[in-house]
Amino acid sequence: MEIIVLLKQVPATESFIGIADDGVSIKTEDVKWVINPYDEFAVEEALRIKEAHGGTVTIISAGPERSVEAIKTALAMGADKGMLIKNPAADNCDGLGIARILAAALKNIKFDLIIAGQRAVDDDNFQVGTALAEFLSIPNISLVIKEEIADEKIRCYRTVEGGTVVLEAPLPALFTTQKGLNEPRYASLPGIMKAKRKPLDIKSLLDIGIDASEIGEPKAKVLAMKLPPEREGGRIIKGDSSRSIAAELVNALHEEAKVI
Amino acid sequence: MSNGVIAITEQSEGVFRKVTYEALSEGKRLAENLGCNLTAVVLGSGIKNISDEPCKYGADKIIVVDNQALSEYMTDAHTNVVADIVNKENPSVLILGASSQGKDLSARLSARLNAPLAMDCVEVRVENGNIIATRPIYGGKILADLALEGKPQIVAVRPNAMSIVESSGAGEIEKLDIDVGKTDLIFVEKQLDTGKVELTEADVVVSGGRGMGGADFSVIEKLAELLGGAVGASRSVVDEGWRAASDQVGQTGKVVSPNLYIACGISGAIQHLAGMSTSKVIVAVNKDAEAPIFSKADFGIVGDLFEYIPLITEEIKKIKNG
Ligand SMILES: Cc1cc2nc3c(=O)[nH]c(=O)nc-3n(C[C@H](O)[C@H](O)[C@H](O)COP(=O)(O)OP(=O)(O)OC[C@H]3O[C@@H](n4cnc5c(N)ncnc54)[C@H](O)[C@@H]3O)c2cc1C
Ligand SMILES: Nc1ncnc2c1ncn2[C@@H]1O[C@H](COP(=O)(O)O)[C@@H](O)[C@H]1O
Repeated sequence: MEIIVLLKQVPATESFIGIADDGVSIKTEDVKWVINPYDEFAVEEALRIKEAHGGTVTIISAGPERSVEAIKTALAMGADKGMLIKNPAADNCDGLGIARILAAALKNIKFDLIIAGQRAVDDDNFQVGTALAEFLSIPNISLVIKEEIADEKIRCYRTVEGGTVVLEAPLPALFTTQKGLNEPRYASLPGIMKAKRKPLDIKSLLDIGIDASEIGEPKAKVLAMKLPPEREGGRIIKGDSSRSIAAELVNALHEEAKVI
Repeated sequence: MSNGVIAITEQSEGVFRKVTYEALSEGKRLAENLGCNLTAVVLGSGIKNISDEPCKYGADKIIVVDNQALSEYMTDAHTNVVADIVNKENPSVLILGASSQGKDLSARLSARLNAPLAMDCVEVRVENGNIIATRPIYGGKILADLALEGKPQIVAVRPNAMSIVESSGAGEIEKLDIDVGKTDLIFVEKQLDTGKVELTEADVVVSGGRGMGGADFSVIEKLAELLGGAVGASRSVVDEGWRAASDQVGQTGKVVSPNLYIACGISGAIQHLAGMSTSKVIVAVNKDAEAPIFSKADFGIVGDLFEYIPLITEEIKKIKNG
């Protein structure tokens, strides 16, 4: 089983995110970078599939040089090899552009299964994995919490509003991860030592046979970034007794806020 | 000149999702701003009795594809059919709800049609005949305005973010006999929790955190039920195994924007806020006066949730009973 994991390095969720002077990107000086949490589920699931069925796990990421750190972490978790596509245009790409780059990178690689995160928690696009499946003309199943592989087929449990749908697809296929799929393992110390000797290719766009101009300008382009309206800490309700406090809250929700 | 707005509706078991009414209403508003028609697309099997409903939200035309192969949402069959309709109608804008289905379909369509996509939008406007969509990124820490270049401009709207507005449209029905084309996916089965209010669509969400102290959520379940709302949870609760992963609200859980969010025994970590900070009104009940949740809450009670939630429930009952 040749398994590809799509991995993006993103700001740790507790990082402060500020808007840069250009108004269309974020300040990166104080950001701590981590593997996108949904891609961590993808790495873990790939390792479990490999443990059950044999094969190799290849991590692919498109992004700036710093992304090698995220790939190395995945190698330390147990993935076999990594590829970084250094993409000078990365910041300027929309989801379709990234999916095109990944499709070009995968053109000359044999694979049975691709696992992606449902979304990257930076741009929250929910797009790259699914769009890549389209470019590769393979089926995709989103938001998967359980999978079973047998006879060149994958059966996936996909979460939908209020339940689960079970679907089957022939391999090769792509699925995206959902919370509940697994608990990602930590990189062990021996894992970290071993990772140092694992192959990690750094490629340019030209190396994968795509010219930056082929990707072109993003079709969905950020015009401006703004901060959401600051929520002011509201009113702490006080009173003589817990009953009068509860009554006052309910009254406020009913009369003032009109939400009940 | 604009060639029209197409709204893709979504139904399950013959009932439209709430976000479909939101997408239709927003689609109508955009069509009016662009000076063009709104066409609704209804896909499914045995959907005759609901196919004219979109005219109540302003649809001028309703394209109906009634086909056994569309009875369940399947990425490949639905993408093939919608792509055919888009190629035939050549719309300027495609709008749909960013539900689990809508996210999947819009992402696949964007690649198929080489069309720009704004996912999970909370606001949409028209400038010089083009769509500008606002969407939360970085878990809601930033709002980005996106310009969409190309055709059709695909806009997926976040559930509960747009208002539902009724208006009348001609609703002329056009039945299309479209073949679903080549498909790979096979439907095996569906397991639905019937009667459960869907978290992402609920008007009221009552969530419990580690302060619940265990898997017994009955106090907040009662309050949620009384308000016709859904029960949510923090990640700590899910990690403890007290609630299912599908109840988790936050950056690695569901994003909700109800009218009322009641956080019980939740500290208000940034990852939790990422899933609920666009709620219209936030109430927090927490023992710790310093808990960060209070800085985001419109109303707060410092105290034990097991004391206050039953009292709040009783007080609401009084109002409901007049
Ligand atoms: C990558 C990543 C992703 C994450 N994603 C999510 C996510 O999607 N959703 C999420 O929720 N978290 C997420 N987290 C975890 C998050 O950082 C917090 O750890 C978590 O939200 C805390 O849950 P809590 O508020 O229930 O628990 P705690 O922080 O332990 O807070 C419990 C609160 O309950 C109060 N309390 C205790 N007893 C009572 C009582 N009887 N009455 C009233 N109040 C009481 C306490 O004062 C305290 O404030 C994520 C973390 C990481 C690193
Ligand atoms: N630059 C990238 N390199 C590799 N994989 C990516 C990249 N961007 C997104 N992905 C994958 O696509 C998923 C969805 O990302 P997005 O559509 O950006 O929300 C992520 O969880 C990753 O698995």
